[in-house]
Amino acid sequence: MEGVPLNLISKDKLERMSTMEKLRMILDEVKEGKIVVLESGLSPEEEAKLIELTMLEIDHENFVGIEVESYPRKTVSFFQKIFGKSEGRLTLIGPANRLKTLEKHEDQIKALVQFM
Amino acid sequence: MGWVVKLKKRFSFILKWFFKKDKMKIGIYGPPNAGKTTLANRILRDWTGDIMGSASDVPHETRRARLREGVRIEVNGKSLNIDIVDTPGLATKIDFHEFLKYGMDEEEAKRRAKEATEGVIEAIKWLDDLDGVLLVMDSSEDPFTQVNVTIIGNIEARGLPLLIVANKIDLPNASPARIKSAFPQHTVVPISALKGLNIDNLYKVMAEKFS
Repeated sequence: MEGVPLNLISKDKLERMSTMEKLRMILDEVKEGKIVVLESGLSPEEEAKLIELTMLEIDHENFVGIEVESYPRKTVSFFQKIFGKSEGRLTLIGPANRLKTLEKHEDQIKALVQFM
Repeated sequence: MGWVVKLKKRFSFILKWFFKKDKMKIGIYGPPNAGKTTLANRILRDWTGDIMGSASDVPHETRRARLREGVRIEVNGKSLNIDIVDTPGLATKIDFHEFLKYGMDEEEAKRRAKEATEGVIEAIKWLDDLDGVLLVMDSSEDPFTQVNVTIIGNIEARGLPLLIVANKIDLPNASPARIKSAFPQHTVVPISALKGLNIDNLYKVMAEKFS
């Protein structure tokens, strides 16, 4: 059956993984052509690290990068800053040659996934 | 990450508020072609008489971060001493085919793509060594890009002062209001770095925000 592999990763699973485990899993799956959806998203530092790792793995012929989309983070309060309660919101990641963002708003992302 | 480092990060915004520096290291960030180098050149030309480097319409023209130390801005009796870091454009994908459209041969385009990927890594690493950020957005484009969201998230997490520069207001379809409504929690200053429009207001807001 022809289709688009889509992996939805739960918040529980993400919380059990270290940053590097998460990023490695994401990049490995995206390089296989899968679209990955993270229920609890990535922290801003993890997003920056993901971009950095992606740049290290770009090659001219097979992998030109990722399309990654997450909602803008909600403004955190003074106490959230101190106690670190801020959490990432849903994040969508896919290979740049298959996933295209059509529209992005504060609470909605519209994306187009291309068949190979 | 050790608990000491975590604690330090969480309290860094309070510590920064109490122990302000005499000189701030300000990074100019944004996606490719937002006008970062044009803005850096405008600031340097206005306050030092020279420029940072060449700007062009080709994406990723700046592929190495450039540092200019000791820029003194004086506005309305307030002075601001800054080091300016002009960073390469942040991107999540770099395809050498894009450069072929600008008349480069394949070898040159591949070399440029490789340098651009290194430039993105360098720009991300600079985030750890800054005291404030000017985030440049093209006000004729959609502001809700992942690059903008990621930079703003990182700056907020680090507790650094951030100014959003809505550049290219000289273009007919520019809409700084769209940027303001996308990121209402931050100060947005509309300018044209190329034409110098509203640039004095930017210096005034920079002096208030970073000094």
